[in-house]
Amino acid sequence: MPIRDVINRAEAEPVLPDPMLVQPWRVRRLVRETADTFTLELQPQASSGQMRFKPGQFNMLYVFGVGEIPISISGDPAQPRMLLHTTREVGAVTRAMRQLRPGAVVGVRGPFGTAWPIEECEGADVVIVAGGIGLAPLRPALYQILARRDLYGRVVLLYGARTPADILYRRELERWRARFDLEVYATVDRAMSGWRGNVGVVTALIPRAPFDPSSAVALVCGPEVMMRFAVQELLKRGVQPGAIYISMERNMKCGIGLCGHCQLGPAFVCKDGPVMRYDKLADWLQKWEA
Amino acid sequence: MSVTGANRVSATVVIERAAFPQLLDALKTARYKLLGPKLVNGAIVYEELAGAGELPAGWAEDQMPGVYKLKRRIDEALFGYTVGPHSWKKFLHPAVAVLWQATKNAKGFDLAAPPIRAQKLALLGVRPCDLHAISILDTVLGRGPYKDPVWAALRKGVFVLAVNCVEPGGTCFCASMNTGPRASFGFDIALTEVVEAERHFFVATAGTERGSAMLEKTPHRPARPDELDRADQLLANAASKMGRKLDTTGLKELLYRNHEHPRWDNVAGRCLSCASCTMVCPTCFCTTVEDTTDVTGRHAARVRKWDSCFTLAFSFIHGGPIRASVRARYRHWLTHKFATWLDQFGTFGCVGCGRCITWCPAGIDVTEEIGAIRHTESAKSRKEAS
Repeated sequence: MPIRDVINRAEAEPVLPDPMLVQPWRVRRLVRETADTFTLELQPQASSGQMRFKPGQFNMLYVFGVGEIPISISGDPAQPRMLLHTTREVGAVTRAMRQLRPGAVVGVRGPFGTAWPIEECEGADVVIVAGGIGLAPLRPALYQILARRDLYGRVVLLYGARTPADILYRRELERWRARFDLEVYATVDRAMSGWRGNVGVVTALIPRAPFDPSSAVALVCGPEVMMRFAVQELLKRGVQPGAIYISMERNMKCGIGLCGHCQLGPAFVCKDGPVMRYDKLADWLQKWEA
Repeated sequence: MSVTGANRVSATVVIERAAFPQLLDALKTARYKLLGPKLVNGAIVYEELAGAGELPAGWAEDQMPGVYKLKRRIDEALFGYTVGPHSWKKFLHPAVAVLWQATKNAKGFDLAAPPIRAQKLALLGVRPCDLHAISILDTVLGRGPYKDPVWAALRKGVFVLAVNCVEPGGTCFCASMNTGPRASFGFDIALTEVVEAERHFFVATAGTERGSAMLEKTPHRPARPDELDRADQLLANAASKMGRKLDTTGLKELLYRNHEHPRWDNVAGRCLSCASCTMVCPTCFCTTVEDTTDVTGRHAARVRKWDSCFTLAFSFIHGGPIRASVRARYRHWLTHKFATWLDQFGTFGCVGCGRCITWCPAGIDVTEEIGAIRHTESAKSRKEAS
């Protein structure tokens, strides 16, 4: 190879800023979604600030003096000046985050990781299977698909929550269900009075969902055990293993493949994931405590 | 075959023992901070050196699984030991690094990364296994898309004085990992120390122009064929004196096939999950971060620290750790070193230095654990064949 080529390529490589330094974003508001989940709405502190991200990517969010955690981006990729992050209150950082008031500043690093294969979905039926808060990283994909709805075949959203009170983005789901170009099926593990929908696990919706398995692309996110069973059902329906994508969760400290925490077999979930093609991961998903 | 192999740029020369300190003095004059082996608290560790007088002349160690004991040599060899508990990662990938500091202000907070120490480092007495370890970390931490800025800053301009291994230790297996006992790349100068009844000298080769310039400042003369032969002979002997052996044929596939194997339970019964192996390993790179504030709550910092996959917290996500059992944690570590590392970075994550074997308080030996798994598999296939 001519030396010149190599030099040009080195010059063309963008110089990234120190990836461990956080950027300041201001809390616009904090929306309570369910009893234990909330959405943080952020806007850039600088007037020129923005973040271009792809559906499925995540950010590392830092609460001053408390700590930093990875959270998937759940807003609209077409609005780079507004970052939405939906999370559950489970640890020190999310608890501190829940206490933030409008105007507070949080640190943001990102966007990191792989994205849902939206281009690959063009011309195909799209099956989105979400469990609980797993809907959050899938919402940007839905926004993008709905923005150019004509490019895709049938689009089906299968959503499962623990109880009707745990249903995320309820109003939005209702709006989506009212559309003629999107099929929305929701189910709950345990019903309450007033619930007239499905009862049972989300995987039970897969066998009768209206899509063509031979050409469908499936996007799956939820608890790991739910994803395992969802994949099984999708395969049973005849969806190709290479057309199933799942979004994995692991411990992350750096988000950029340097700290080692997020390894799953040969994959670094932070940079080879979180969105991964099922057939590339299948062996490792069978291995317990891998 | 040359003494130092691939990246030799100068002729091979001889430096007499008496002249050797002048090489270190030349480096010092060139404003390098000298980092090298030193006898401290009953072990040979890497620390800052004032000069050649601090090298562990006449010392060697006995190394066995779980055993490290210093002993006097019969000669006064300067590099007559193998490797101690430290590796060079302590200088290039520090155990504690402040990534940034922040101060609250009216608008939110100001944040900046502290400057990284700029003094050039000279690493003295780098073993071939450790040359490979540094090169492996160059790949892991320095070859993007995101690069570790701390590694990049500290690694830049490092002068490497490699010393070939003529006397491997009891837990060494670099010959199996193809990383030694002869330095083949990644050095500015490589030495082979020759100690005979009447003579003590170094056969030296420069690997870079910089190395060449340092050799020029040290009294030397062209090496005679008999001196080259002597050094070559010592290195050839060394390869056959490895304390440990590891068959690496199809190792990745072997481990991928044996994710479930009774040996993992067996080793979990001995492993204390103390993380010692990961601390002494020259390629273990995992880190965690700690976010701290001072008592006023106005000043915060993020501090990066070495971490280990042997801790429960390492894989913790809400709901619990991914690798809850010691069995899973040991398996993860060993599988990473000898299998998944190949898929990630194209080489093994092990260089055969033997530190994890020596410094394991339970004396667990990776070569033995892998051997046991291979043995049961070959026994099984023999049984099936008969």
